[in-house]
Amino acid sequence: MSQSFRLNKEGLINRNKKISFTFNGKKLFGYEGDTIASALIANGIHLVGRSFKYHRPRGFFGAGVEEPNAKLQVEFNGHSEPNVNATEMELVEGLSATSQNCWPSVNFDIGAINNFLKMFFPAGFYYKTFMWPKSFWYKIYEPFIRKAAGLGVASIEKDKERYEHKFEYCDLLVTGSGPSGLASAYAAAKNGAKVILAEDKPRFGGTLLTDDVSIDNLSGKDWAEKIITELKSMPNVTVKNRSQVFGYYDHNMLVMFERVSDHLEKKSKFTPRQRLWYIRAKETILSTGSIERPIVFGNNDTPGIFLSAAAKEYMKVYGVLVGKKPLIFTNNDSAYETALEFKKNNVEPIILDTREEHSSELIDEAKSKGIDIRFSHGVIVANGYKKVKSAKIGKLNKDKNSFEKIETIECDCICVSGFWTPSVHLASQSGNKLKYEEKIDAFIPDKKKQHETSVGAANGSFTLEESLKHGFENGSNLSAKITETKTEITIPNVNEKKYGAHDKFWCMPLPKNENPKRFVDFQNDVSVSDIEIALREGYRSIEHVKRYTTLGMATDQGRTSNLNGLQLVSNVENKIVPEVGHTTFRPPFTPITIGTIVGREVGMEYMPTRKTPMHEWHEKNNAVFVDAGAWKRPRYYKLGSETLFEASKREAKNVRENVGICDVTTLGKIDIKGPDAAEFLNRVYTNAWMKLPVGKARYGLMLREDGIVMDDGTTTRISENHYHMTTTTAQAANVLSHLEYYLQIVWPELNVNVVSTTEQWAGAAIAGPKSRDMLSKLYPDLDVSNDALPFMGYKEAEFFGVPSRIFRISFSGELAYEINVKSDHGMFMWEKMMEVGKDFGNQPYGTEALSTLRIEMGHVAGPELDGRTIPSDVSLNGLVSKKKDFIGKNSLGREAFNVESRQKIVGLIPIDRKSSIPEGSHIVQDQNAKLPNPKLGHVSSSCWSVENNNPFSLAIMKDGKNMIGKKFFAVSPLKNKSIEVEVISSHYVDPEGKRVRS
Amino acid sequence: MLYIKCPYCGLRAQKEFSYGGDATVKRPNINEEVSSEDWDNFVYMRKSPRGKHIELWQHIAGCRQWIKVQRDTATHEIFQTAKVTEEIR
Ligand SMILES: [Zn+2]
Repeated sequence: MSQSFRLNKEGLINRNKKISFTFNGKKLFGYEGDTIASALIANGIHLVGRSFKYHRPRGFFGAGVEEPNAKLQVEFNGHSEPNVNATEMELVEGLSATSQNCWPSVNFDIGAINNFLKMFFPAGFYYKTFMWPKSFWYKIYEPFIRKAAGLGVASIEKDKERYEHKFEYCDLLVTGSGPSGLASAYAAAKNGAKVILAEDKPRFGGTLLTDDVSIDNLSGKDWAEKIITELKSMPNVTVKNRSQVFGYYDHNMLVMFERVSDHLEKKSKFTPRQRLWYIRAKETILSTGSIERPIVFGNNDTPGIFLSAAAKEYMKVYGVLVGKKPLIFTNNDSAYETALEFKKNNVEPIILDTREEHSSELIDEAKSKGIDIRFSHGVIVANGYKKVKSAKIGKLNKDKNSFEKIETIECDCICVSGFWTPSVHLASQSGNKLKYEEKIDAFIPDKKKQHETSVGAANGSFTLEESLKHGFENGSNLSAKITETKTEITIPNVNEKKYGAHDKFWCMPLPKNENPKRFVDFQNDVSVSDIEIALREGYRSIEHVKRYTTLGMATDQGRTSNLNGLQLVSNVENKIVPEVGHTTFRPPFTPITIGTIVGREVGMEYMPTRKTPMHEWHEKNNAVFVDAGAWKRPRYYKLGSETLFEASKREAKNVRENVGICDVTTLGKIDIKGPDAAEFLNRVYTNAWMKLPVGKARYGLMLREDGIVMDDGTTTRISENHYHMTTTTAQAANVLSHLEYYLQIVWPELNVNVVSTTEQWAGAAIAGPKSRDMLSKLYPDLDVSNDALPFMGYKEAEFFGVPSRIFRISFSGELAYEINVKSDHGMFMWEKMMEVGKDFGNQPYGTEALSTLRIEMGHVAGPELDGRTIPSDVSLNGLVSKKKDFIGKNSLGREAFNVESRQKIVGLIPIDRKSSIPEGSHIVQDQNAKLPNPKLGHVSSSCWSVENNNPFSLAIMKDGKNMIGKKFFAVSPLKNKSIEVEVISSHYVDPEGKRVRS
Repeated sequence: MLYIKCPYCGLRAQKEFSYGGDATVKRPNINEEVSSEDWDNFVYMRKSPRGKHIELWQHIAGCRQWIKVQRDTATHEIFQTAKVTEEIR
């Protein structure tokens, strides 16, 4: 197809570069600089989609961000993206676009039957119809809605593109490069301020590109180019096109979405597709302009109906005619510029003006050019299903509610203008309560809550002279306050056409017995009658009307429908618009991709990976890793075809029989120093710490102020005023903040310092009956006998020439030691241990074996210290001092903590000695009882006891200690298991703790 | 995202801080008798005011100091920040 609607000369496109693309499989051509929309219109294609609810044929309505209809599924650069705005997406070679929300094709859409059944789809239809019967929801209603609703199709492929985040700070952020934005940025830049100027479109200049104006004897477009060129040359200015500031957050944080490379045919490997900017601006200029609003009339959604400014933009920017027999339907002067532009391109428009015959600069010019103007006229209904063919127009009586004359005239497009709505979204998001400006029948920003200033059309000034003046003044004053420099700027001379007053007219009445759909919200298919129904049914708040009718709830956020909706409500309710109020504006202003929000935080970069110094060794030796927070820990070391169960059993058994080593680097380590360190520990831990000698370790328990166990670990007195605390891997960060809280806020008089040393030390546990023999080989010059280095003893010694710390502590319940060396020596230590350990049957063991060892010993860990247990719940009341005060002590006396029936830790074994009990199982008396079956407790940790060769679990159970010897059921509906169990002591192996002291 | 002035480091993004609750709560003195009512008030009872509120934040990804922040809970406006040893009027 040829580009039969392309003008010969006009436009800012590059006619030297032809671009081929496809639409619904048809091969077409456009030019570099086209959007998908302009290229399709150039090819005479207007039907691009089907509407959301009624599947009515839809075409283009706008020329940019305001477009409610033309959302396409677009494939380019190897990926498929839904809901792409055809009026914004730039044409690239090989792009392929398809219509959405239609089946089998946009020309013949089965869903369009909804259009003929529209009496069944009034406002609130979904709410009313799908409420009952309840059982219909899953099988009938929901699948139906899901099939009928929805726009494009999200790709299920992995997104191969690159997205970036950027953090930026500036003195002044200017959002929009129209006349007021350019003036603001220029004035601020001249004052030496750090300025960011953001423009959503590919071209800078805003309305200067399309309005017939001159500034200092330059055309608007040339003046914009001159200013932009100068701004780009200034080192304190960042100028960004294709960049939409879409969100205004707290403390002047604005977020911007930059389309970096979607318009490029080829790009380098590391060029991101899109970039998200977090901009902290000292001041913000909101020069977001205004959006033309439509006048509501019958079948006003028919393809071929455009906003009048969009029709002008297609001519002036893209050199494209939206039609060759245009009807201009307006209540104000601005549409006359569109008519004059048609005329300039040898197309004869007819103007229907709702106002009575009068005179203004533009009207006079149109008259002098011989344009057919019909005052007191308007379009009643557009005729044509897939494209406008003609229009029924009417001459309005003085009451503007009835017709003097009705006739039908031929046309192939209707360009409609119902005056202008300032884009106040960002101002509103910033917390600015808007005010209604009667002069322009729209909301404009009122008192500011943050550092924002709206200028130009966004502030309701619709003349170039005023916009420029406000821009220069505000840009200069706001930046001067920051830079304390003020450069005088002469405001340029302006030549523009004067507009007469607009008509307060929003909606064409209908002749008797005619009832075509009159749409207010195109994207969500909300018509005048829907709003009337909502009001008739008693919805009063505009927020409720919005939700009931879905007015303004689509992805275009009601950019073209908002005010007409409000006018309608206020007409029916006999209120003025400010009484009705407006709905809330929420970010994002335009839809943005999920990829941009996520940025680089995907895959390996989702979160940092913490590896211990011995990680490479683990990898080489077939370790299977498990995530412990950001840490990677070996879960088990796979030998041959071993399963997790087999490997962990082997490793745990070897610790019980010989000796094993475990990487314990991930344990939290906190260095504590100061003359009051002992006193501090005495307050932090539940047990006594004042008398711990130098060179000794102690197990400690810390509570929260509400008496719940927070963490446990050992702390060692390295020297008089120096302690080394260990925490669990999971709680390391919380414990440090906890200690800092008490030292900085509660007891600042204590002279103590704490610092995390987790990453400074590499740690390895040596556990098992042969661990002392192995240790003596590792430290040939050191006396490691039970007398010289007893349980809870501590020594510092050289480990093959590197300094090391030896703690005789045990988590496995076996005779055990933990060796710490500086992280850089971690690998050396580990390899030496593996080498020396050979003679003792040493094997490395992972977290799974470690769990097995601690569970069968009855040592508690995270699953038991789950934020609900107090010390006596987990048999640790022996560690709670009665003599001294400590954090949380006062809470332990609470009644609920001391009742007999409180849940306590117990052990469980299956009666058959074979069935493993799933963690999380509930303990019940009767497995067949009626639901809800009373829960007596839950299984917290499970293992295969290598000592007794049968399953064993720890459980937290009501009145646990008195249940020992009794039988219950552990049921896990998730795993569909019910296992008969016997309650035993939680200390299944070595209850007297002989081994650790041996 | 809030912009919080750490008294030690200067203006920093909220990302660097962690919230720490009501700064006006005072822990009963250690090693002194305390009534159950006073203790319960300290542990559990918190006001949730709309408007000005003095709260604790910790600059965890910075100097690790706990600081006081006077903030409007409705508008998020921050009026003043201070070291924990300083008073906020
Ligand atoms: Zn700081």
